[in-house]
Amino acid sequence: MKIGVITFPGSLDDHDAKRAVRLAGGDPVDLWHGDADLKGVDAVVVPGGFSYGDYLRCGAIARFAPVMEKLVPAAQGGMPVLGICNGFQILCESHLLPGALIRNEQQKFFCTDQVLRVENASTAWTNDFEQGAEITIALKNGEGCFVADAKTLDELEGEGRVVFRYLHGNPNGSYRDIAGVTNERGNVVGLMPHPEHCVEEGFGPSTDGLAFFTSAIKALANV
Amino acid sequence: MGHVVVDVMLKSEILDPQGQAVAGALPRLGFEQFTDVRQGKRFVLEVEGDVTEAHLAAARDAAGKLLSNPVIEDVVSVHDLADEDAR
Repeated sequence: MKIGVITFPGSLDDHDAKRAVRLAGGDPVDLWHGDADLKGVDAVVVPGGFSYGDYLRCGAIARFAPVMEKLVPAAQGGMPVLGICNGFQILCESHLLPGALIRNEQQKFFCTDQVLRVENASTAWTNDFEQGAEITIALKNGEGCFVADAKTLDELEGEGRVVFRYLHGNPNGSYRDIAGVTNERGNVVGLMPHPEHCVEEGFGPSTDGLAFFTSAIKALANV
Repeated sequence: MGHVVVDVMLKSEILDPQGQAVAGALPRLGFEQFTDVRQGKRFVLEVEGDVTEAHLAAARDAAGKLLSNPVIEDVVSVHDLADEDAR
């Protein structure tokens, strides 16, 4: 399975994402922000970092990159797309996912090994988890506070579209402890914590991140 | 040349940690009378010649597409900077 990883100016975690894809058994493919070309990939990871310096709003300028002209319709057509941290912010700015990410409530960049509950194990990026599983992966951001209006939050809860929730304390003020969400179809998932950093023994708090990538490979195999 | 001003504010129901930090600092300087602070963004867009209605319409379009995120922010004003100076 070919899984593309987009590099924007200011992306930081694109290489870790490619490594995670490789360790999960996929073939990582470099995608470039300036090329309106998905190179025939089966799925895409939008990685973490500070695209375009995070100027204006996180993800706001990346949303209009040439590669997004291809990614948005592909995602709307059902291609599995995972947005991690800055990638989550980009997917929200692109309106592929609801809500927005604003500055952490406590005004600090926060880095920790974060415990999450998998609230929806049926998405393209979580089907290799048990429903309700508790996982620990790295979290590191300054603008990770997930916000949306009450109606949207109720819809997300009602439709099972809250995919991950923070456990043992809310690290950034995210409404209803939401760490990650999915679209109606379950093919687009975004979260603030970083599964790609937790895929190999000896690096990070666990290898819980690997299942994100094996999930996508499984989802693609079952299409 | 003219200048179009676009003012953007976070929606009232959205948490404003930056505004909260400012609100916390004011009383320490003796400004006890301000009960809350909301922090916004101001963009000043330069155009050739005087600002026309077409410039303002384009600025409103840009404000909705790029300068603000309608999920969390409201465009509270799009106007000619010269109108401010005249006040």
